Amino acid sequence: MATNTAVDVVMPQMGVSVSEGTITKWSKSVGDTIEADETLLEISTDKVDTEVPSPASGVVSEILVQEGETVEVGTVLARIGGGSAAAAAPAPPEPATQPAAEEAEAAATEGRAAPAEPEPEAAPAPAAPAPPQPPPTAAGNGKAFVSPVVARIAAEHGIDPAQVPGTGTGGRVTKKDIQGFIESGAQAPPAAAPEAPVQPPAPQAAIQPPPAPAQPVASAEPQAPRPAPVGGQGETLEPMSAMRRGIADHMRRSLDTSAHVTSAIEVDMTKVVQIREKLKKEYQSAYGVNPTYLAFIARATVETLRDFPWVNGELRGDQIVTRNYVNLGFAVELADGKGLIVPNLKNAETLNLLGMAKGIAEIAKRARDKKLTPDDVAGGSFTITNPGGYGTFHGTPVISQPQAGILGTYAIVKRPWVITDENGADAISIRSMMNLTLTYDHRLVDGAYAGRFLRDLRERLQGWGETDY
Amino acid sequence: MAEKTYLQAISDGLRTEMRRDNRVFVLGEDVGVYGGAFKVTLGFQEEFGSWRVIDAPLSETAIVAGATGAAIMGLRPVAEMQFADFVSCAWDHLVTVAAKQRWRAGTPVPIVLRLPSGGGFSGGPFHSQNPESSFAHIPGLKCVCPATPEDAKGLMISAIEDPNPVLFFEHKHLYRRIKGEVPDERYTTPIGKARVHQEGDDVSVITWGAMVYTAEEAAKTVDASVEIIDLRTVLPWDKQAVLDSVRKTSKVLVLHEDTRTGGFGGEIAATIAEEAFEDLDGPVRRMTAPDTPVPFSPVLEKAFIPQAEGVAKALKELISY
Repeated sequence: MATNTAVDVVMPQMGVSVSEGTITKWSKSVGDTIEADETLLEISTDKVDTEVPSPASGVVSEILVQEGETVEVGTVLARIGGGSAAAAAPAPPEPATQPAAEEAEAAATEGRAAPAEPEPEAAPAPAAPAPPQPPPTAAGNGKAFVSPVVARIAAEHGIDPAQVPGTGTGGRVTKKDIQGFIESGAQAPPAAAPEAPVQPPAPQAAIQPPPAPAQPVASAEPQAPRPAPVGGQGETLEPMSAMRRGIADHMRRSLDTSAHVTSAIEVDMTKVVQIREKLKKEYQSAYGVNPTYLAFIARATVETLRDFPWVNGELRGDQIVTRNYVNLGFAVELADGKGLIVPNLKNAETLNLLGMAKGIAEIAKRARDKKLTPDDVAGGSFTITNPGGYGTFHGTPVISQPQAGILGTYAIVKRPWVITDENGADAISIRSMMNLTLTYDHRLVDGAYAGRFLRDLRERLQGWGETDY
Repeated sequence: MAEKTYLQAISDGLRTEMRRDNRVFVLGEDVGVYGGAFKVTLGFQEEFGSWRVIDAPLSETAIVAGATGAAIMGLRPVAEMQFADFVSCAWDHLVTVAAKQRWRAGTPVPIVLRLPSGGGFSGGPFHSQNPESSFAHIPGLKCVCPATPEDAKGLMISAIEDPNPVLFFEHKHLYRRIKGEVPDERYTTPIGKARVHQEGDDVSVITWGAMVYTAEEAAKTVDASVEIIDLRTVLPWDKQAVLDSVRKTSKVLVLHEDTRTGGFGGEIAATIAEEAFEDLDGPVRRMTAPDTPVPFSPVLEKAFIPQAEGVAKALKELISY
């Protein structure tokens, strides 16, 4: 793109449900020269952390938003070339459209508002691609119509009907829905609750406003003022990152949604330990990849999920979703220990042990390097979390919604263990033992079903043969 | 207490009042020697004599006009139309004279018109109608539509007692099909009070006459708790009972056998919208016959009169709304 006129760099939209992002790092300063597609800054959203490439070659003429600040999608972050006084031409928010469309699908599978990506409207600005229209509001999901009785009950109890899960036609909130919501003791969220993810992002300053647009884009929901918390003596306040807030919202939502139950089982990993020792050299020299215990467990899990489709399933409304594939999620801790992201390996059922080991290593690296795309984190069907690296032997992880289960893997430790030899004699042996937990949504998965899943998974790991892959 | 058919209960109510009150007499075509088109007054002439059970000429105008005059003079006539459809011949005397006499001159007109109504037996356009809404529109008349034998007797006695002209719509389809316990003694069923035919929480059906049983049959096939309100009398109608039910369930189906446009269901639906708007959780639905004359063909008549399957479908739509 030419640099005669200034090019705006705007906060990209990393998926339909994402309405804002935080600047984590500027890679360039004002006055620096930058090539098109070279990384200009890093951002953090409640979905992904990513780098934002420069939309044009030129000199960084202005930086308008500082590191640590959180701004709405579409906000102008910087200008390339032209000089600050030059007429601003909108920059294409590059990574937005395609991933956003993909995520619309992903969001749909999560049963959330997933308005279709609207066609970009032809803007009158010469030779400038129009920024994406804001997606329709949550009104588009059929929940918008509030019947008179629901409106009255909502008003009497100070509830926003949009907060109530609807079971009527098109997701409409019925009288029974809102009565059940009240009876279940659900509290109306405070007015300031950030409902941000479903609000239409307003690309306000990004463009010179075209003459009288039919939809006043800037008249999105008035931002309710958030009361500023005050720190006490000896306390330090720091703003929550977008990722932290995303985690916080998701964890809370998950516990409010699923009936979490955890079952644990002890697995004798001695055979896997021996086999891994043998494979390690070969895998590292031939493929440059480490056959981790996690790869073994993931491989056995995918096989076992085939016999227990509900563990790999989902409750969607009053329908039970089962799948002929496994998009296997892995909880990845980010470098500073202050964040967590769960990318998933698509079609993990097609991967053998080597493929699984490679896939896990690759996706974990991309997570730590902030190279994940929205597609990497959307559409997971089951998740493995691995807190055992620090020696913990038990935990009760929280399910990644809308999935039905999460497997926890824990430290492998040598323990005296009673085994029965081939003559039927009991003996105490030193074995490499590991605990596994399955946390499942009891709305869908019953205890016996979960128990059989864990038993079969244990049998697969304990019986791992040298030629298995 | 004895089990009686709907028809026997009407007959019982009429006989009870004739035995109790000398002023009560019946008149109509073939009500005496023949015992009435449907045999409601069978044996009446033997018991009460031909001066209290009068075989009238083939003129509904004469029957209603004569009854009106007798009532003004202090008697309590019960006039039978062989079919409700024929009452249109007497429209002028009923609507212009009987309905307005008390308002105009202060003279009560305590007549009862027995109107065998309703379809379901391939009677075609002249023998199957449910014309209650035509008369519910006339100030000064009362319209009674019992669904059960017990109500048929109690409402017959109330109608005879009432100082105003009362149109007693007796549903032919129920005459011998519906049986029930009917108290032997004299009792009245109040005009203007509905009856909860079946209690429920999820959706209300407001109906009367033979449709009470259609609603009951439909309710058995849906997976929800259906409340059925039997209005019993269409004018005056029990607004309070209807609103109470709507406030409980928030969803309502108004069901009648009469045709749709100008049918009494429209009045009920409008009242619900006016007075219970903030209690509604769905559109007020009507289920009625279409706006055509009643067909002769059994197949077409079945398509014309609301059937349980259609009612069940409407209920399911409301429930899932």
